[in-house]
Amino acid sequence: MNLHEYQARDILRRHGIPVPPGEVATSADQARAIAARLGGAVVVKAQVHAGGRGKAGGVKLARDAAEAAAHAAKILGMTIKGLVVQRVLIAPAAEITAESYLGIVVDRASQRPMLMVSAAGGVDIEEVAVQAPEKIHRLAVDPRYGVLPHQALGVALKLYGDLTRARAAADIMQRLYGAFYAVGASLAEINPLATTRDGALAALDAKIVIDDNELTRHPELAALRDTSAEAPSEVAAREAGLTFIKLDGSVGCCVNGAGLAMATMDLVKYYGGEPANFLDIGGSSDPQKVVSALRIITADPSVRAILFNIFGGITRGDDVANGIVQATGQLALKVPLVIRLTGTNEELAIEILTKAGFSALSDMDEAVKQAVAKARTA
Amino acid sequence: MSIFVDQQTRLVVQGITGRDGSFHTRQMLGYGTKVVAGVTPGKGGQVFDGVVPVFDTMADAVAETRANTSIIYVPAAVAASAIFEAADAGIALIVCITEGIPVLDMTRVLPYLHERGARLIGPNCPGLISPSRSKVGIIPGNICRPGRIGVVSRSGTLTYEIVHQLSGAGYGQSTCVGIGGDPLIGTSFIHCLSAFQADPDTDAVVMIGEIGGTDEQLAADFIQQAMSKPVIGFIAGQTAPPGRRMGHAGAIIAGSSGTAAEKMAAFARAGIAVMKRPADVVTLLKERL
Repeated sequence: MNLHEYQARDILRRHGIPVPPGEVATSADQARAIAARLGGAVVVKAQVHAGGRGKAGGVKLARDAAEAAAHAAKILGMTIKGLVVQRVLIAPAAEITAESYLGIVVDRASQRPMLMVSAAGGVDIEEVAVQAPEKIHRLAVDPRYGVLPHQALGVALKLYGDLTRARAAADIMQRLYGAFYAVGASLAEINPLATTRDGALAALDAKIVIDDNELTRHPELAALRDTSAEAPSEVAAREAGLTFIKLDGSVGCCVNGAGLAMATMDLVKYYGGEPANFLDIGGSSDPQKVVSALRIITADPSVRAILFNIFGGITRGDDVANGIVQATGQLALKVPLVIRLTGTNEELAIEILTKAGFSALSDMDEAVKQAVAKARTA
Repeated sequence: MSIFVDQQTRLVVQGITGRDGSFHTRQMLGYGTKVVAGVTPGKGGQVFDGVVPVFDTMADAVAETRANTSIIYVPAAVAASAIFEAADAGIALIVCITEGIPVLDMTRVLPYLHERGARLIGPNCPGLISPSRSKVGIIPGNICRPGRIGVVSRSGTLTYEIVHQLSGAGYGQSTCVGIGGDPLIGTSFIHCLSAFQADPDTDAVVMIGEIGGTDEQLAADFIQQAMSKPVIGFIAGQTAPPGRRMGHAGAIIAGSSGTAAEKMAAFARAGIAVMKRPADVVTLLKERL
């Protein structure tokens, strides 16, 4: 789960990292009031889950409260990478002399949390990683001990020649690791960690991604989820216990298992079609999930045909068949349905489907070909 | 022969009285797996289905039954704890089916296992099966046939699809291993490939990868350097958009190395026959064998 910048800043501040003041506004009037309270020049920053906000016009400098209100009026309601801006962060504009990058991710190769730092901050770190990998310094952290003081200082000295500043940065690195671990993050980054005119360090922008698997043990973090920042179909799917990702094509896909779901999308493309979505109904045997899945898929007007690809294991074919029959009774389908079903309780499933006037195929390639053809002629 | 599990496997089921644990214990017993014990704290002294003694702790279960392999069906919140307990009880092979374990839990579990010499398969995996010898996990036994093809995969139902194609064409399997769809897993492609290379009863290996991470590329390097047996590869997620988690926690394209195109290119460079779709597995095997 992605956190907004203002939410990430709150977490870092609570862990003792120097974060400049700043407040969130949902209207131009609020923005004006916050800017007046902060005094002086401010930055108005769109709070959306998308990179490249600055390039998209979602980050503006304002000299005073009136200008902050004007920028906020423009940025609120703006669409950045398909997401509508609902909130802006108003923070004091800082004069900075240097920008570094600090980030922690879980590294798959070393199977440890990895601290990554670079003196080339303020820009997209992925670009630095490609163009100048030598500018990124890494430290694999032993999770049993965390970031040890000498390790942090060693890394910090690669960024700062001044010992006082290096010590301050090392302290921030240890605190960032503390925050990363405490909230169950899969990513925590400060970019930039700015050196201000007076020589102090400040976390000007922050990004935290929480591991979805941690949310049940952190209800306070789960409550930070901003469903307005996500596609409504994906919110509905999550609430129904499904994994759904909307894509741009016309063949709606309903599959059990993530790997098979991806392979089904790939096969749609292989036969000349375009998948409308990724949807994994999971391993459970609940006809209601199939009803929810069909409701979500059919809500997309670009869907021209729907393909079921079910390989029964834990998922029982008869449950899926019952779900299809129930859903088509409730939903009045306007697009053709192609069903491929094999595995556990296959015979029973086919009996249920045949009685309701559907037919089922047993071969995946044949089903995908038919769905692609139907999506094209529909 | 086979890898990791066979007739010598003496299995203890952690979470045997739960919904999934009890259902799959019956399936495994029906397949002929030697399920020698179950563990559910507070249910020690019971006998599951009149055949499997239940213990309160793994230590008791192992002491009483000489179990050498465990399978975990407990909820995600306590799964890491179950893995620690299995390792402390001296279990050499731990298979964790549970999905949804926080990745930071795994950063603590994996070094603990390494220090004790225990192997973990999974988490978030379908387990493994050596057809007609032993089934440890949830792979449907009826789609498998005994034979000489090794199968290793990050996925569940996609594995069933490909095994189904193999069995239908008369290619039985020595062992099918689902290594799991999480970013941090106990047993990698390379561990399995190396075991298949050493197994005298495996002639070729089918490897099923997906987007995310670089395990497939590392495996490709290993295959080029250390394997003489033919390998057929598939990568799911050719149409997946970057930055979105495709169901599995580990299936997310971050940077260019996680894409299907990059992985398929690495396979091709290493001389692995690359399937464009699951149905290609049979044709490619025929060519290579």
